[in-house]
Amino acid sequence: MSGQTVSLVMAGSGGAGVVTAGSLLLEAAARAGWYAYMTRSAGPQIRGGEAAVMLRLGTEPIASHDDRFHLLVGVDWQNVGRFAAEIPLGPDSLIIGDPGEGETPEVFTRSGAQQIALPMKALAKKVPDGRPNMVAFGAIAAMIGLTEDIVAGVLRDTLKRKGEEAIAASLAAFRAGVEAAADFPDVPRLPAGKPDTAERWSITGNEATGMGALRGGVRFVAAYPITPATEVLEWLAPALPKVGGVLVQAEDELASINQIIGGSYGGVPSLTATSGPGLALMTESLGLAVAAEVPIVVIDVMRVGPSTGIATKSEQADLNVAVYGLHGDAPHLVLAPNSVADCLFTTQWAVHLAESLQTPAIVLTDQAMGQARAVMPRSAAVSFIGQREKPAALEAGVQYKRYANTASGVSPMAIPGMAGGMYTADGLEHNETGTPSSQASDHQAQLDKRLRKLTGYNYGEHWADITGDEDADTAILTWGSSAGPAREALQRLRAAGHRVKLVAVRLISPVQPEKFAAALEGVERVLVVEQSHSGQFHRYLRAQYDLPRQVRALHHPGPLPVRPGAIVEHITQWS
Amino acid sequence: MDACVKQRDYTAKDYKSDVKPIWCPGCGDYSVLAAITRALASMQLAPENVAVVSGIGCSSRIPAYTSVYGFHGVHGRALPVATGLKIARPDLTVLVTGGDGDGFSIGGNHFLHACRRNVDLTYIVMDNQVYGMTKGQASPTTEPDWEGSKLTPDGAGIESFHPLVVALAAGANFIARCSSSDPNNVADIITQAIRHPGFSLVQVLSPCVTFRPEQQEWKHMVRTAVVDVTDDAARAARRLMTDDGFNVGKVLYKGDRPAYQPEPKGAAAVADLEADFAL
Ligand SMILES: Cc1ncc(C[n+]2csc(CCOP(=O)(O)OP(=O)(O)O)c2C)c(N)n1
Ligand code: SF4
Repeated sequence: MSGQTVSLVMAGSGGAGVVTAGSLLLEAAARAGWYAYMTRSAGPQIRGGEAAVMLRLGTEPIASHDDRFHLLVGVDWQNVGRFAAEIPLGPDSLIIGDPGEGETPEVFTRSGAQQIALPMKALAKKVPDGRPNMVAFGAIAAMIGLTEDIVAGVLRDTLKRKGEEAIAASLAAFRAGVEAAADFPDVPRLPAGKPDTAERWSITGNEATGMGALRGGVRFVAAYPITPATEVLEWLAPALPKVGGVLVQAEDELASINQIIGGSYGGVPSLTATSGPGLALMTESLGLAVAAEVPIVVIDVMRVGPSTGIATKSEQADLNVAVYGLHGDAPHLVLAPNSVADCLFTTQWAVHLAESLQTPAIVLTDQAMGQARAVMPRSAAVSFIGQREKPAALEAGVQYKRYANTASGVSPMAIPGMAGGMYTADGLEHNETGTPSSQASDHQAQLDKRLRKLTGYNYGEHWADITGDEDADTAILTWGSSAGPAREALQRLRAAGHRVKLVAVRLISPVQPEKFAAALEGVERVLVVEQSHSGQFHRYLRAQYDLPRQVRALHHPGPLPVRPGAIVEHITQWS
Repeated sequence: MDACVKQRDYTAKDYKSDVKPIWCPGCGDYSVLAAITRALASMQLAPENVAVVSGIGCSSRIPAYTSVYGFHGVHGRALPVATGLKIARPDLTVLVTGGDGDGFSIGGNHFLHACRRNVDLTYIVMDNQVYGMTKGQASPTTEPDWEGSKLTPDGAGIESFHPLVVALAAGANFIARCSSSDPNNVADIITQAIRHPGFSLVQVLSPCVTFRPEQQEWKHMVRTAVVDVTDDAARAARRLMTDDGFNVGKVLYKGDRPAYQPEPKGAAAVADLEADFAL
């Protein structure tokens, strides 16, 4: 992360309003011209329960959290200690607590952070309808340099429906917080009055995924709810009909994937979104889509597994099932966005690739990225639109070969309604016309063709995002949301004089051995960074690619994210 | 479509492919295939606007034997494929074909929800009370004391499933039963089922001569049901609950719940949605 940033957490029990205050803070920071990155943590309760919002604000786009938080504000401390591992603090950090709401939990004070008292509840009581979360908001705003005129504008817009009195009460409580913070110690202040005028969006990873699907041409979605993928669907449900599409809530994941196979067979680019348990259920039908050559896109917003694991927390451990979960030899696409912004690009690209290659594409995002909200530069339009090769002319009396053994491996696909193109799509092995066949030669020919269309395709430079020094001796290899902290580590390492580069792999499968080799030319050692217990990505790279002789792996399971400092430390100590 | 070209008259042969069925000689499914092609011809549906979707089983092989658009998927999932196809392409006539194992065992949940969802599909189940393709195991509709399977040598021991009663309870609006021994009647019922808006279930008793040779007797056991179609679900339920399964040749229940077909509301450009995110 170049430029200046400030990192803060607001925590409290259910009803304390920390999520509301955090969202208002994000909105105000955005209007002040800053960029932002916000994640949330919640307890296991369905509604209510403790909650924390983690925010990082800065003068440049932000893709991950910092090593430590500058500021922790506990509106109250009930059960908030459960988040301790997710809220690293240090001696330079500040903890603001309400003395009337009990002691700051020991798990936080142990960090040596300086403690400050702010009687949020008492100050809020002095204002009619005042709430402690708004007092906290005021204190934070004052400390980081957010001006009242901007906050007033945000309150007016977001509380419009609640009426003038609610706006006035919130502003008064906010002011009480500003006043109380007058002599609080400093946290990094962001430069005021220099708004970045570039067009910016406030968007979550899951929304960006939905938008990428629409930009890619998806017009049919069927899915079954599962945390944390549901938000992709909740965004798409009202959006799809506006652009002429439909969304169906299916009875289960087996139905979801088969419904989209049906929709896509009918000629409409189709998608489903799920998380680990749902992806596991879909694997048989993914094989069907491979064999029948039906383009579909499956979004897997990964969460902690195995089994139902931890539904609300993030991990990158579905790589194995996505790559290897299908039975038989079943080449297919696996892609992974590496930031909130990239959820849009990668999903759009996945639709384009699935349609072009008539095969399923699995997109691996995760809870951290999917539910994070970013204030980011507006996503530029790219020209990937689903393109499916259709037969040019269907002649009467000439047998149409749906699975013709073409040089590229892609066979023109007739769509129901096209006269003369009638064929049966089949998951059974078949010959070129689609007639079931148990002959070895047909099996071999169709297997070759399905592989060839994937390996022979030119994926251009999108297979990975490569940044850093061209003449690097060290490379960080990573994927998905671990790329955010890795990017920040790269900047710190380069600033300290290391020659490093970062390769964030977007196209997990099929592998790109030549491009990979070119990217690592001259590199003597690589550090593989990921969020899984067994090092799935590391093992996958070892199995599929030639790696330099010196390889180290930095991996731990969810839900704790990889921190930039851990990567920096690993590389600086590796000398 | 070119209005100047005279529409040709389709015959049943126009809907049949030249792929030779793998079925055993005498299998009931031959006449169901014939009935389907006859029904399509009677309606003069252009073959390119018809799709037949199936799962896995002997009966599920039907799509390859037709010359309309076909989809032969995985075991138990024909109804979801057909649901997605019909919702994405409401202009098509979509038939679903399969067996009792495919539809009521592995695909049981989809069966319930297809009845409930009421998408305009025609579901033709060839019920032979056995898993034919996997060489003769008990299916959900097999009698509990049938000892013909090596997997359940003492009989399945569990009550058989009553697909029509379950379909009624789940909300199906068109329920019929017929016998493959009367292909003309099957063709007639399928035609009515296709015309019916919404989900329609056609159970066809279709003997498996190989693993249940005694079913060859079915042609002597079936009788034309002496009832008229009812739209009274309670009456239909009573009738189906007490019925021995051999009353055939009739639509037994027909309701008028509207078919489910979500309509896209607008034709906005995708770029218009960006306003959601702009600051
Ligand atoms: C997931 C899965 N499990 C099991 C099978 C094996 N299998 C193939 S067909 C079949 C049963 C078919 O019975 P039914 O649907 O009654 O059709 P029939 O062959 O009698 O017409 C089974 C169990 C399979 N193909 N896929
Ligand atoms: S095994 Fe039975 S159901 Fe299958 S083809 Fe032979 S007779 Fe028909």
